[in-house]
Amino acid sequence: MSGFPWQSAFEIRERVAAGSVSAVDVTRAYLARAEALNPTLACFLTIDHEGALAAAAQVDRKRAAGEALGPLAGVPVAVKDNLCTRGVRTTCASKILGEYIPPYDAHVVEALRASGAVLLGKTNLDEFAMGSSNENSAFAHVHNPWALDRAPGGSSGGSAAATAAGLAPLALGSDTGGSVRQPAAFCGITAIKPTYGRVSRYGLVAFASSLDQVGPMARSVREASQLLEVVAGHDRRDATSAERDTGNYLAACDRGVKGLRVGVVRDLIEGLQDADVRASVESALAALEQQGAILVDVALPHAQHAVSVYYLIATAEASSNLARFDGIRYGLRVQGKDLTETYTNTRAEGFGPEVRRRIMLGTYALSAGYYDAFYLKAQRVRTLIRRDYDAAFERCDVVCTPTTPTPAFALGEKTSDPLEMYLADIFTLPPSLAGLPAISTPSGLSAGGLPVGLQLVAPPFEEEILCSASQAVEDGSGLLSTHPTALP
Amino acid sequence: MTAYEPVIGLEVHAQMRSRTKLFCGCPTEYGAPPNEHTCPVCLALPGALPVPNEKAIELAVQAGLALECEVAPHSVFARKNYFYPDLPKGYQISQFELPLNGAGHLDIEVDGEPKRIGITRIHVEEDAAKNIHGSGSTAVTVVDFNRGGTPLIEIVSDPDLRSSEEAEAYLRKLRDLLMFIGVNDGNLEEGSFRCDANVSIRPVGQEEFGTRAELKNINSFRFVKKAIDHEIARQEGVLQSGGTVVQETRTWSEAQGKTISMRSKEEAHDYRYFPDPDLPPVVVAEERIETLRAALPELPEAKRARWQKELGLTEYDAGVLSGHPEIAKYFEEATQAFVDQSGAKAKAAGKKVGNFIQAEVLRHVTTDGLEALFPVAPTAVAELLACVEDGTINGKIAKTVFASMVETGTGPKVIIEQQGLAQVTDTGAIEAEVSRILEASPAQVAQYKDGKTNVIGYFVGQVMKATKGAANPKAVNEVLRRLLDER
Repeated sequence: MSGFPWQSAFEIRERVAAGSVSAVDVTRAYLARAEALNPTLACFLTIDHEGALAAAAQVDRKRAAGEALGPLAGVPVAVKDNLCTRGVRTTCASKILGEYIPPYDAHVVEALRASGAVLLGKTNLDEFAMGSSNENSAFAHVHNPWALDRAPGGSSGGSAAATAAGLAPLALGSDTGGSVRQPAAFCGITAIKPTYGRVSRYGLVAFASSLDQVGPMARSVREASQLLEVVAGHDRRDATSAERDTGNYLAACDRGVKGLRVGVVRDLIEGLQDADVRASVESALAALEQQGAILVDVALPHAQHAVSVYYLIATAEASSNLARFDGIRYGLRVQGKDLTETYTNTRAEGFGPEVRRRIMLGTYALSAGYYDAFYLKAQRVRTLIRRDYDAAFERCDVVCTPTTPTPAFALGEKTSDPLEMYLADIFTLPPSLAGLPAISTPSGLSAGGLPVGLQLVAPPFEEEILCSASQAVEDGSGLLSTHPTALP
Repeated sequence: MTAYEPVIGLEVHAQMRSRTKLFCGCPTEYGAPPNEHTCPVCLALPGALPVPNEKAIELAVQAGLALECEVAPHSVFARKNYFYPDLPKGYQISQFELPLNGAGHLDIEVDGEPKRIGITRIHVEEDAAKNIHGSGSTAVTVVDFNRGGTPLIEIVSDPDLRSSEEAEAYLRKLRDLLMFIGVNDGNLEEGSFRCDANVSIRPVGQEEFGTRAELKNINSFRFVKKAIDHEIARQEGVLQSGGTVVQETRTWSEAQGKTISMRSKEEAHDYRYFPDPDLPPVVVAEERIETLRAALPELPEAKRARWQKELGLTEYDAGVLSGHPEIAKYFEEATQAFVDQSGAKAKAAGKKVGNFIQAEVLRHVTTDGLEALFPVAPTAVAELLACVEDGTINGKIAKTVFASMVETGTGPKVIIEQQGLAQVTDTGAIEAEVSRILEASPAQVAQYKDGKTNVIGYFVGQVMKATKGAANPKAVNEVLRRLLDER
């Protein structure tokens, strides 16, 4: 198969539709690559060999019968293991759900199946999506395909690494405070965190309900945009799902940036310690300007509080969301002498240290006497952060920052200091708290050859602007044909 | 010895009569095999999300309107967090800071004394599932999630009640009201109407409230009075002996006939309430509130007043006939049909129909929640009474005919016809019968002629006996007097 494994989703779909290659052959090739590289990269927690081949065979049957094919017909997709897949183990990389098999598909999984996509398997993540390095997975650490001793980022590290390493052209992740954007930046791919409410959360195992969004991940902006078109849309099973038409994200990639006002958060960029990241942002801004965008300075004065606000709100919600894992109806149960001991044993053994830490933080933030000082105050500051963006969007169409303060850090580098790890999310948290759509796309490589990501943030439901602007960044960087070098 | 005054506030949990659960599409129907009415949402499977049931919200608004509450245009679902196997999510979705219904009131009457009881709030929440505990040393507990997620309203009263009698009157009135507007089926046995009571006492004349105990599990009208009275006596005993009442949760034990401490204030849960991020605020537009207000059925109190004014019922009769929404409906339908068939005036019709229903129909009626089973249709009762009205049969025969109607399910006219029960108003036939009896009773005729006119009762009896009660008594009287006077 020519171009394998780096051909795009569009090329695969076109060839499958034309009959020049069968979906089953495409799937076999990707399954073989995934099975060969997974021992090194640990991207997948489950490879659904049988299910993938059956889905591919279905596409081939449809084509043979002359039936209409979906936009992702025959395209292999990797799905983060916190998205429910009917009949396929969904673990959230947690021992507490180690053997859990959902009886239903998440909304986005249904949408993928309907589009003709072939689900290859379930990707590794930080346990319950809590983490920025994938080191909180209860099962295995994902390695960054650009440098195996580096973290792939988190929590959607498995999806990012799988896409970057050519184990799948497309992947779904989920983003609560940067969980698709940060690993996309670390692994040199593109990921979109849609507007809160743009994509249904039904079937996404909740971490922090007011922040969680499913996000598309791909090696190119166009493919990510196509995947967003497939999974976005109203779903009445999620009461927070927006009743708005989806955009023409793919078409938006070709609109250019002429006259687009790009807001530059100058003090954040100038405060960057990492010279490579700073240079990469500057070159992306230059590329945007060169293609006709107008750079304007904007400020996000309350963004500095995002880390504290996020770790109060997200943990508070998580402490309640994770209460259902009690060993009574499904998942791990470690029996004790009475009910309380059964709860304690189950949750102490079932959850890893970071999940336990966040449950305790969140429980504390909601406790009687502390609620006003912590949770309520955090909600007020969250409003201030949203207003910062409102003010910025009066002056610009899109706000630009780096995605992360540094390129991928080394595995083990930050595990001993959770606060240090939390600070890795400093740029991705503010748009999450404001519910805004954001994208990360590669803007350059560091001196050490590691990818650097640029984050763009748009007003609510203006994902199309993100697609147009990121396409310009991608065109400017010329990185699309550069692939990780650390692979066998 | 100090005289104490009890202060009581009630919290009523009433299941709402929506077809489906509060946050998923599972049926709320009672009595299905365990865990049949469940889905990913009400089993709290990973990734499942709640979606509010608009019908349940509307029922809750109607409950608020019936209790004169201020309906909030904007209310918020909140999570009440605690661990228990009957609570699959580890939290109950309820309302906390911003309930759907704010302050309202309910007027009660005890010993003819009217009293207004304040309603603090009415909020919407989901019911828990049901733990079923096994017995014996190796017993296990299993959970039936059918009930889990059933929509409830919690109606919180102000601490305005001053006796167990007032508490009982309040509960009966509240249940009555919720049943009439179709929000709740009033079924205490099945647990669809449940009550907790906050009870404290204070020296008469003292403004400040005493320390309260929360009484759980008083789920029958019989227990309410007993449990509250017992608790008042217990607290009096504590204070009289120089002790202090502690804030705690107690449960009523019917077996032991007393309240028992469940947990102290220190052991109370910290529920860590916070707005549920899965659910946007509940918005009820003014327009919708007005539509729901207009759709409210006539409330029982208004109904009783109207019946007394328009249908000639006594207060007592109105009370009996409004004892159940279906009985009230039956009475109204029968009265209307009777008016239509007989041309009687509403006032006379209501009284006649009301009397007949109370005397004859009600003992055949069985009720189960909001359902009621009647022996015959209300139109059949109207048809029967119309036959009395037009003189076809008399009131006494009507009872016989009704008994046949209940037994055979046949209409009154057919029964009257088949059994030859129509009154004889044909003067010729009555004259023949009267003549025969007068001939056969010379002694009584002589008495009559002697001025003992009350002997006429004897003749009437004889004629009725001979005609098997079918003769029109009025016609018999006339004929008798005429023929006797002719002699």
